[in-house]
Amino acid sequence: MNLNDIQIVLTACLVTFACVIPGCFLVLRRMTMFGDAISHAVLPGIVTAYLLSGSLNGFAMIIGASITGLLVTLLIELIQKKMRISPDASIGITYTFLFAVGVIMVSLLSNQTDLDQDCVLYGDITLVPFDLGLWNIPRQIWIAGILDIVLILALWFGYRGLWVSTFDPSFAAATGLATVFWHYLLMGMVSLSTVTAFESVGAIMVVSLLTGPAATAALFARSLPRMLVIAAIVGMISCILGYMLASWMDAAIAGAIAVMNGLIFGFALIIRKLIIK
Amino acid sequence: MTAEQLIGFFLLEEPNVQMVVAGTLMLCGMAALVGCFTFLRKRSLVGDAVSHSVLPGICLAFLISGEKNPLWLLVGALATGLLSLILMEALSRNRLTRPDTSISLMLSFFFGLGILLLTYIQHQGNASQAGLDKFIFGKAASITEADVQLFLISGIIITAAVVVLLRGFYLISFDEDYARVTGFPIKLLRLVLSVLTVWTVAIGIQAVGVVLMAALLITPALAARFWTHSIGKMLIIAAIFGMIAGYTGSFVSYLAPAMPTGPWIVVMATIIAIISMFLAPERGLYARWKIRSRNQEKTLMENILKLFYQIGEKSNQLQGTILEEDLMNHRAFGKEELQRGLKKLTQQGLLEHSLLAYRLTNKGLAEAQRVVRLHRLWELYLQRYLHLEPDHVHDDAEAMEHVITPEIEAQLELILGNPETDPHNTIIPPRA
Repeated sequence: MNLNDIQIVLTACLVTFACVIPGCFLVLRRMTMFGDAISHAVLPGIVTAYLLSGSLNGFAMIIGASITGLLVTLLIELIQKKMRISPDASIGITYTFLFAVGVIMVSLLSNQTDLDQDCVLYGDITLVPFDLGLWNIPRQIWIAGILDIVLILALWFGYRGLWVSTFDPSFAAATGLATVFWHYLLMGMVSLSTVTAFESVGAIMVVSLLTGPAATAALFARSLPRMLVIAAIVGMISCILGYMLASWMDAAIAGAIAVMNGLIFGFALIIRKLIIK
Repeated sequence: MTAEQLIGFFLLEEPNVQMVVAGTLMLCGMAALVGCFTFLRKRSLVGDAVSHSVLPGICLAFLISGEKNPLWLLVGALATGLLSLILMEALSRNRLTRPDTSISLMLSFFFGLGILLLTYIQHQGNASQAGLDKFIFGKAASITEADVQLFLISGIIITAAVVVLLRGFYLISFDEDYARVTGFPIKLLRLVLSVLTVWTVAIGIQAVGVVLMAALLITPALAARFWTHSIGKMLIIAAIFGMIAGYTGSFVSYLAPAMPTGPWIVVMATIIAIISMFLAPERGLYARWKIRSRNQEKTLMENILKLFYQIGEKSNQLQGTILEEDLMNHRAFGKEELQRGLKKLTQQGLLEHSLLAYRLTNKGLAEAQRVVRLHRLWELYLQRYLHLEPDHVHDDAEAMEHVITPEIEAQLELILGNPETDPHNTIIPPRA
């Protein structure tokens, strides 16, 4: 393993951590498909931010995607309540539409930017070591690292609210806790993770990072902090194994990580069934 | 692009265009038919996961056969699509994993596998792989004659299956328990429906791609649901909507060959759905808004008439003239609201207008009596049969007086025995 490999795996791990934090809550709230929806639907937001700011990195992108993420959540709820459509169909129609718009925008721009359809699907993590930022550390590592810190801080300070509104929403509402606020905070966190992950693993693989490690952890963990830790470890292992698989096959790293997340979950489920009856 | 070429497209002059349009229409129509059941069974996202899951099957079929034979690819797509569906069902039934988690897991696992294999094939440098990636976002322009034949056969089979098994599909969509009790083979029906869904997805991805295939299942069905309550009509409307989307989408594909077709078809379908959401009769937003505002108007007018009656009752002059301010003092109407109501009542001949004051006409008095009567009958009913205190019955009666039908009124009269006074000892006006 040389420096490049280490940098790529490190980026993948940092991105995974950013997804694992909101991912655990999504799994517990049975809302993983919201993660799916947001990760598809931020695409037009990312493209718009790109058009306005002229670059694929930086603040504008994060803001653009977060706003879109929250809008998607709002839109889904609006369709569900006002139009009286079941949640699955409202998620389905909203994100396919926004993703379609995003893909059209990307294909219109494809000859003048480095955004292309492949990048939307599985990112460009192999390019990480070539795009250096401060102190010769790759820019992606900076971005993902900073977002990890932001998310950990959000988790630290919002822990109680997130916890109560996840496990006992009616109690939370009864004690006057703003459950709506925590709901949107969580969706904001999902959007942030999605943007972070977008460049390196692509919009669609985010679903795997959000759900896979958290679902595996949910099989074993008996408390939320343990679940978060187990999920982070599982995510890290699948990043390393995924990287090895991808280099062996000479194929997309993002796809390999998603496959590993699925396989690890499968093994974990079998082990869980065998050990604990 | 000249105008002639555009017209040529719509008239389907070129054989190539005919092929593409025919193929897309069939695909979108089929997907919409099957999608109605996924939508009604609230399995839309399962459809999404299945459509992502056919990608590894296509890649595997290519790896094994070494060529892009549509039949092989279809077999591969069907295999992994069904596998993911079965795994999803099994995981959802498992008490350790929730349905949504199992959908997300299967979706991302299979799609990840697909991407892994696709990039693997691409990096192998095999020349015949070119175009395999069109399955991701779809390319209607690449539909060939062989494809169209396949679509046609599939379309006939799927339509026939839906027509023959409509009653069974209908029951498992709405009332599975009833279907089970009446001895329908629901497991078999579910399996047939699943196979049809995976099949549609497997052939549909050529036009719209795996990522957006779900929209072809969900969106036309969702749009059609707004227009009808009958499942037969819903199926037909959904198929038509799907075809319109497919037609316009393939038109864009014709205009700009570099553009992926799938997203355009999805955008068109969504526009149809948005129009339906707003404009459909009965269930549409506009129709519901109109009904609500009509009800509000009716309530306002009835409340004004009632007030005339109550004021007249106190002064023993039921058709006496009353000033606008008096009305405002007795009840908290908004000024504009009150004036609008008064104007409308005058137009309808229920009130007479003189300078600044109004009085009830004979017709208006009858209507006012009716409302007051209903209000007081309901108050009395609440007191007698729900044992509410007299000071608790007013608010409920305020709401009920506007919705009690003559039939309910007759029932109330009957069980209350033609009463003369209400719980506050005021006289209940007789039937006009």
